[in-house]
Amino acid sequence: MDLPTIWFAIIALLWLGYLFLEGFDFGVGMLLRVLGRDEVSRRVLINTIGPVWDGNEVWLIVAAGATFAAFPGWYAGLFSAAYLPLLLVLLALIGRGVAFEYRGKVDSARWRDTWDVVITAGSLIAPLGIGLLLSWNVLGVPLDAAGNRAGPPLAALRWDTLLGALGVAGFALTHGAVFIALKTDGPVRVRARRLALRLAPVALAPLVALLLVVQLREGSSWTWFALGAVAVAAAVSWLRLRAGREGQAFAALATAIAATVVTLFGALYPDVLPSTVDPANSLTIAETASSPYTLTVMTWLAALGTPAVLVYQSWTYWVFRKRISAAHIPEVHAP
Amino acid sequence: MDVLDLARWQFGITTVYHFLMVPLTIGLSLLVAGTQTAWVRTGRRRYLAMTKFWGKLLLINFAMGVVTGIVQEFQFGMAWNEYSRFVGDVFGAPLAMEGLVAFFVESTFLGLWIFGWDRLPKRVHLACAWAFSLASVLSAYFILAANSWMQHPVGAELVDGRPRLTSIWAVLGNSTLLAAYPHTIAGAFAVAGAFLVGIAAWQLWRAKPDGDVWRSSVKLGAWVGVAAFAALLVSGDQQGRLMFDQQPMKMAAAEALCHTEQPAGFSVFAVGDVADPDCESVKSITVPALLSFLAEGDFHSKVAGVDDLVTRYEQKYGSHYPVDPRLGELSGKPIDYVPMLPVTYWGFRLMIGFGGIGALIGVAVLWLTRRGRVPRHRWFPALAVAGIATPFLANSFGWIFTEMGRQPFVVVPNPSGVDGVWMYTARAVTGMSVGEVLTSLITLTVVYGALAVVEVFLIRRFVRGGVAAVPPPDRPGSDDRDVLSFAY
Repeated sequence: MDLPTIWFAIIALLWLGYLFLEGFDFGVGMLLRVLGRDEVSRRVLINTIGPVWDGNEVWLIVAAGATFAAFPGWYAGLFSAAYLPLLLVLLALIGRGVAFEYRGKVDSARWRDTWDVVITAGSLIAPLGIGLLLSWNVLGVPLDAAGNRAGPPLAALRWDTLLGALGVAGFALTHGAVFIALKTDGPVRVRARRLALRLAPVALAPLVALLLVVQLREGSSWTWFALGAVAVAAAVSWLRLRAGREGQAFAALATAIAATVVTLFGALYPDVLPSTVDPANSLTIAETASSPYTLTVMTWLAALGTPAVLVYQSWTYWVFRKRISAAHIPEVHAP
Repeated sequence: MDVLDLARWQFGITTVYHFLMVPLTIGLSLLVAGTQTAWVRTGRRRYLAMTKFWGKLLLINFAMGVVTGIVQEFQFGMAWNEYSRFVGDVFGAPLAMEGLVAFFVESTFLGLWIFGWDRLPKRVHLACAWAFSLASVLSAYFILAANSWMQHPVGAELVDGRPRLTSIWAVLGNSTLLAAYPHTIAGAFAVAGAFLVGIAAWQLWRAKPDGDVWRSSVKLGAWVGVAAFAALLVSGDQQGRLMFDQQPMKMAAAEALCHTEQPAGFSVFAVGDVADPDCESVKSITVPALLSFLAEGDFHSKVAGVDDLVTRYEQKYGSHYPVDPRLGELSGKPIDYVPMLPVTYWGFRLMIGFGGIGALIGVAVLWLTRRGRVPRHRWFPALAVAGIATPFLANSFGWIFTEMGRQPFVVVPNPSGVDGVWMYTARAVTGMSVGEVLTSLITLTVVYGALAVVEVFLIRRFVRGGVAAVPPPDRPGSDDRDVLSFAY
């Protein structure tokens, strides 16, 4: 594989890391008022992701930064084309980020209720926007010859990209419910498991539908395998959860999202940003890539940096591996 | 207003706002790592209390720094896509490094530090504090490498109309960066110092319990603030000399120096319109020959004025913008090489002025609280709390000066090196509709404004609570090992 293709794969990997890790963060946020029926159980939920959500979000920052460095035209074209949807994603990320930090700082039900709305809305809007962005990227953007958006500001809103939005949000919702079942104990765990079993078939359907659309329009013969893996992994996840094996169900969902990313980026290859206006305007890996020297520098960086990130982020999950239940929540809010 | 102006306002507002949180995070995280080290070594409750109290304020502030930082990274592609395309080969690398090397460490170890008080051995937990604080210091290096490259492009060549990276070491060892980095870090310490002094002096004056905690905090903050100011002067002087070589127009704009002078005086204060092209209407208090000295270390050297520089720039870089529809209204128009002089002239002076006032307040508080004294006058806490604002203002004016001072360029041409690598700001902006950029400008400004109110409210509220909640050091966390020592 040449360097540009390697970087295409690394960016896919960064998106995988992001969707897998912040996927369950978003799910926990969405379910805050659904599974958290009282204040203590809500705090149980938030504390399952308390130490890790911020580190998980860095995967998005690095995915964007790596795209900027390795494929400037891709970063410039996609981010400007999706200006308003991305603004919404940013606002959602801003809101939920500060909300986690601030909701416990004042001991008042109204204060907490307000921030809970922000957490729930932010955790729903962000994956919707990101799903919209990713599926639009794969299905094609109206690009002119200069690589700029040729359509109106909301050109990203189409029935198939809305499927992408629901797909990623639905995955995050399921992933979050399974994660909660894995990371908590007591009534919250029971409720999360029951909800995940009931929810999964509906919530994962848009993702599978999106992948079918992508496969039929852009896929190659081997991406059928990846698409099949998504369906199988999702089914395995559901069955393992029903058998009470939450860890295995979680791992199967991780496989499903990995296969999803493979399907999407496999369909995208060898383009990075296909144009719907004229195939000649599509940005390809080869044409958009940065110079070989820049990519070499970046490859060294990734080769040294990424394993370290995986080690210490895994260590964080190991340190905070215990299930959290109502008994663990201190009475007084941290001032 | 057109898209260019709106996008510039948006970048200015979001960047200045983001940079209120950043220096406080950098400075405070190192000071907290320091007090925690003192606690681990001595076992004194005072240091534990300082770590917990200032650490909590650090967290309130950190959250805002993170979320406003994502806006910064996305904004290049969203609102400045022509810029991103042009510089990506060079500019993207330090940005990716910042994420991969610094942000991952910072956020992961901060999480471990916040929630790990009773989960990790004492020394491992301390190592987490150092990991996230040093990572925040490192992140500044990479982002300043990117910014310094815009001020002084190095390590690149122009290929097919775009700069191509030829040496990452040249970018990471840019002379502009080596001066800007210590200056920015010192600015961060000035902020953290004033923050400690302001809050702790107020607590001392209230004569609440834990006087030892506040006294130590005042001392630490004041000494850090004063040392930071000294470092700011030294590194700022270094920057001035580089600016004289690398961005002569910015130098002239900092002084609103109309005509070339030899020797050139340093204007301390001016009355009148500094943007007057002939300086006729300006009355200025000037220290003779000082500017010559600041520029070249020689009281007799010549410093070029705005009028000569305009001629020089026009000869070198052209007198008119190219005819290009992407330049909008500016297509084919004459290029105005002069930055907005009132902004650069006053920005430069306000930076130095507020920095100096902040340091003076630090010295005054140190003197007033010497040997256990606490002034009982009401103006004492008022002075100390007002002092908190000074380094924030100095930092903001410094950045406004240096970014406005490089206009009309977004990437300033390097006068001695890298040929052809420069970009006009007007050419950098995304060709979008006014509606799009107006929407984001308004929503971001409103949301940022609301969050500022919340943050100040929470900081004030937490500060009033003091350190009562900090347990004695022999009993960290709780008796009941099942209960989390920290939970949201």
